[in-house]
Amino acid sequence: MTTLVTLPVLLPILGAALTVIFARSAMVQRLIGIVVLACVSAVAAILLVAADRSGPVVVELGGWPAPVGIVLVADRLSALLLLVSTVVTLAVLVYAIDQRISDYGRDTASTTFHPIFLLLSTGVSLAYLTGDLFSLFVAFEIMLAASYVLITRRTNASRIRSGMTYVIISLTSSLLFLTTIALVYASTGTVNLADLANRVAELPPGLRTLLSMLTIVTFGIKAAMVPLHFWLPDSYPNAPAPVTALFAGLLTKVGIYALLRTQTLVFPGAGPSAVLLVLAVLTMVVGALGALAQNDLNRLLSFLLVSHIGFMLFGLAVYDAHGAAGTALYIVHHITVQATLFLVGGLITRRTGTVSIDQMGGLARRSPVLAVLFAIPALTLAGIPPTSGFVAKLALLQAGAGATVGTAVVAGFVVLASLLTLWAVVRVWIRVFWGAEKEPLPDADPTDELVVGTAKTSKPMYVATAALIAVSIAIAAAAGPLSAVTERAGTDLLARTPYLEAVLG
Amino acid sequence: MITINVAMAVVLAVLYSVGFYLLMQRSLMRILIGIVVLGHGANLLLQLAGGPPARAPVLGTAPAEDFADPLPQALALTAIVITFALTTYLLALGYRSWVLTGHDEVQDDLEDRRIAASERPDGSMEEDTEGTDEIVDPGSAAASNEPVEAPR
Repeated sequence: MTTLVTLPVLLPILGAALTVIFARSAMVQRLIGIVVLACVSAVAAILLVAADRSGPVVVELGGWPAPVGIVLVADRLSALLLLVSTVVTLAVLVYAIDQRISDYGRDTASTTFHPIFLLLSTGVSLAYLTGDLFSLFVAFEIMLAASYVLITRRTNASRIRSGMTYVIISLTSSLLFLTTIALVYASTGTVNLADLANRVAELPPGLRTLLSMLTIVTFGIKAAMVPLHFWLPDSYPNAPAPVTALFAGLLTKVGIYALLRTQTLVFPGAGPSAVLLVLAVLTMVVGALGALAQNDLNRLLSFLLVSHIGFMLFGLAVYDAHGAAGTALYIVHHITVQATLFLVGGLITRRTGTVSIDQMGGLARRSPVLAVLFAIPALTLAGIPPTSGFVAKLALLQAGAGATVGTAVVAGFVVLASLLTLWAVVRVWIRVFWGAEKEPLPDADPTDELVVGTAKTSKPMYVATAALIAVSIAIAAAAGPLSAVTERAGTDLLARTPYLEAVLG
Repeated sequence: MITINVAMAVVLAVLYSVGFYLLMQRSLMRILIGIVVLGHGANLLLQLAGGPPARAPVLGTAPAEDFADPLPQALALTAIVITFALTTYLLALGYRSWVLTGHDEVQDDLEDRRIAASERPDGSMEEDTEGTDEIVDPGSAAASNEPVEAPR
């Protein structure tokens, strides 16, 4: 069982090497990608069942026990997020492959895309599983380096600037992370998360607060928390739809996961954190208002992404088992739905040849399937019952209402941000799907994978999008057992003992 | 807990402040050098986190209590390799930007340019070429292929 924990990291990185070897055969590359991700999903499902039945599954790399060696830990939270992330990655890969096939035919594939895609998956898996602060840094670097390539691939004059912003911001946050690690090591003499949990408690409170704030800033940049969010709406919309969907689904959530893990395990506080509550409110409101001001479909979705990062921060800020459980459930829901929306955005752009909402119209008559594909995830994001968004928001609201007066007030902002989200998506609906039909614009730049007004879509692109919607419906349908799992995960996170005992023995 | 001497603290302060100052610049080359300097600062800090200089941690060469802490050295090595690789990538990106747009300046973001355009009386970004003191750059010209929100 313990060797299984290494597979989510090993399989994609070996797969990436294989896809480089088979660079000449597009079909083999595609097959490797799909098989690897399908295997990782299966492994993640097994790990989730194992972790839920008998506690965290730990593997000591190289046989060195913690805290000397590096450990990989799959507890309820990491196994659950790994499972959802891999399923979403798989669906996005299918979509990306079919987009490529409909644009360029079956016989060619980009030499870089498949290896880099699998490397990104490696980084995400490692970030979820690692029990070591420095490996977390390495995981982030693998993931970000892959994302740099994906966001600047086939770039042109209009897109290069946003790619550069993204790379520079991410590099800066990585260097801040490195600084944090150095300070943590200087004050405690360890980078193992479980060992840190014990040693940080012995530090003077001032130093502990400093280290805690540094991690919040570092992961806050990666998670696009307001006021550190400015790079996201500027860079994400400038990548092709599948890449944006992958980034929006996974990268920011990995930042939130790292925050959740370090804040609960290493820097446990007593009661709600005022700083995080304020940041959560700011993130929710600024993101939602930003979305209302946008005319570019992808930028609008990016601002909604920022807004919903605030929801996850809120669950963390409440700082009890229910809050952590709510955040976990929200991450699961949001990974699926945000990736779906960006994929649908890609499909809409292919139909209309533009990302500008003003230039779309009457799409519901021309493409009713697309209307359905947009309506379900949009309502899910806004949290209309009985969707998964409603289930996740309910968990957060209950956690907020049950803690203190302060958290109950912030819970009000959760409702407000949900309504603003609903307003934003309804505006999109009215302007894109209703109204007078507008002719699709021609493809302005055929070499650009961003705005492809070819209207050429293959059925698998719709199937991949529909599959993600099915996942989000399944989350809503399985809300009972799922929220039981996240509730147990939240209790584990706050109790800390299951993790500490599993790692340190 | 490890403390460091004043000289090293001053060096670190200089590296960090120079690094962040350069990051604020417009030219990608300066930003790149800023990242490099900042990376040096972070790596030096990581080194210093292991304590004062001491003997190489190889068994049999010195008594164990004289050894330096090898872990921060390993961490710093890893971090150096990563920053090196990513700096190279950024350099390649800077070159690409220079090829595509003719300069390596990091421009204002799209939203800023849209707002600036909508506050001009004629309200369009294409008018950049006439009358305004802005330098025409191919980057924003290409970006204006994207629709600009009409002023209301």
